[in-house]
Amino acid sequence: MTWIAPLMPHLLVVPILLPMLAAGVMLAFGEGHRDIKSRISLVVTSANIVVALALAVWVHAHGPVAYLMGNWPAPFGIVLVVDRLSAVMVLLAAVVALCAVLFSSARWDKAGVHYYPLAMLLLMGLSGAFLTGDLFNLYVYFEILLAASYGLLLHGSGRQRVSASVHYVAVNLAASSLFLIGATTIYGVTGTLNMADLVQRVVEVPAADRWLLHVGAGVLSVAFLAKAAAWPLNFWLVPAYSSATAPVAAYFAIMTKVGFYSVIRMASLIYAESPEQFGRAGLFALGVVTAILGALGMVGTLKLARLASYGVMVSSGTLIAAFGLQHWEITGGAIFYLVSSVLGACALYLLIDLIERWQNLGATLEDDAPFLAASFADDQNVNLDDDEERLIGRSFPASTAFLALAFLVCTLMIAGLPPLSSFVGKVAMLSASLTLGGNAADDAGKIWVFMAVLLGTGLLSLIALTRAGIRTFWATPLREGPRLRLAEGLPVGLLLLTALAITAAANPILEYVNGAAKSLYYPGAYVESVMRAPIVPPPGAKETP
Amino acid sequence: MELVLALGIGTLAGSGVWLLLRPRTFQVVIGLSLISYAVNLFIFSIGSLAIDKEPVIVDGKELTLANYTDPLPQALVLTAIVIGFAMTALFLVVLLASRGLTGTDHVDGVG
Repeated sequence: MTWIAPLMPHLLVVPILLPMLAAGVMLAFGEGHRDIKSRISLVVTSANIVVALALAVWVHAHGPVAYLMGNWPAPFGIVLVVDRLSAVMVLLAAVVALCAVLFSSARWDKAGVHYYPLAMLLLMGLSGAFLTGDLFNLYVYFEILLAASYGLLLHGSGRQRVSASVHYVAVNLAASSLFLIGATTIYGVTGTLNMADLVQRVVEVPAADRWLLHVGAGVLSVAFLAKAAAWPLNFWLVPAYSSATAPVAAYFAIMTKVGFYSVIRMASLIYAESPEQFGRAGLFALGVVTAILGALGMVGTLKLARLASYGVMVSSGTLIAAFGLQHWEITGGAIFYLVSSVLGACALYLLIDLIERWQNLGATLEDDAPFLAASFADDQNVNLDDDEERLIGRSFPASTAFLALAFLVCTLMIAGLPPLSSFVGKVAMLSASLTLGGNAADDAGKIWVFMAVLLGTGLLSLIALTRAGIRTFWATPLREGPRLRLAEGLPVGLLLLTALAITAAANPILEYVNGAAKSLYYPGAYVESVMRAPIVPPPGAKETP
Repeated sequence: MELVLALGIGTLAGSGVWLLLRPRTFQVVIGLSLISYAVNLFIFSIGSLAIDKEPVIVDGKELTLANYTDPLPQALVLTAIVIGFAMTALFLVVLLASRGLTGTDHVDGVG
């Protein structure tokens, strides 16, 4: 705790600067030197985890902190703000990035060029989007993370990936245009882009102009919801995520959550002090439809990667519906569930790659990754018997058991069954719903629908994942155990252990996420931290009284 | 002036959306460009339209909004133009790769 104090508030900018710096350094190396680049990436992502943890501990104890980037006083310059919610999102992004980078260092980084710089730029965009307190700056960070994600989605090339990328890029470019229209309309009505300042300005908007404010907020939400994969704007998700290379798909598990984060951040700030709650019923309905369609998709598919992608859709829908209910108790559980579902989806994507390679007897199909197939053949000629092969390619007898066990744990995580963390998140949402629904709140009907959806989608995903597990591990003839590399088994184990640790520490973490949810609905401390952020006097200036 | 600008934005956006929904990749990229032109004009117009007014403070002119125009939308539109241009270029590369791999310029890669 004590070592954090002198670093604040400058620590806020570190999760953005560090990956950017790393990406720049790596570009200077050119296309080769994958070993050094993967080590730099591992160091940077680990450092981001440490910084995000420090930020989370600090804001939990001391409340939100703002950082004036250009040293302009509050509503004029661009600010970064960290509160409980953004700290936990930055942490989650860094954990997912670490696992993706570690996993790809085994072999997927050879499937194309500039994998690590793109991964770092994506991390930079993610951290920036979670930390920024300025609406237009949020747009810029969105574009950074999207540009990096286009490159990562194309990583590995191949016909299927490029076709999915065309749709993905087109949808996101269109959504970005909507983002700009929404953001500038809000600027036109309120005269500010600073999110904290918005809270105060929205109240002052005259009644005659309020429809324009709602139009701006609505267009902006459409842009965010398209990125959060809400129905009917989510048809790009399944082809894109299931054709991406495994570490990239695992990394993308957090991408839809950026859209969700932006929706809840903007919605809560714009309508915090405002008498009307525009679009609340719409959000709930969209979330319910998305979750149900995602669960049906899970049952309807046999391909593992598509199964995982529909799982991402279910978690998106559940989160949007939970936020649509607008009770901070339910939102708290939803944030807990968000963390668990991202960890589960990330682990599942990595695991699927190991399982599919095992089923194809170690081969990667030519069309799957044309460049990887060529370089992999080289590897086998050169490195068949030397130290490297013995170190990283050892097949150990327990590896089948590891895969099966990890798949089981992923199933529990995604279906939300005990004893793992997403179960705790679901229980938190359910118990809050029961209390609120039992007290006959004015939206008790919606709360009961929400509970039915939560339990029903859990059941459907359980059925789908169990069926996939039986087909994969039991209904196939016995074959030699898979050859697991340490760098590939480790991230899967790490993600699942993190989930276990979250379950063990559920009580303090629930307290943390409930605090995060409450501050969304009562953003007084957030606004104050931005508006009262002190500017640094220029060197040599006298102290102003 | 407002009417002319609104009609212009509407025409650009409408043609852009129409082209975006067409099946050929070239039509899609032109559609996205037209939409981004429309959005850029929209951002520019949000700072209210004025002729012969400056966005920066000049000596000798009274400091009221009647004498100046809002500088922020101009800064925003500059950022949006640069980003939109870069994204269009990136999209073109993806389209070329898709054309090369699938042998067709249909957005779904078939037919």
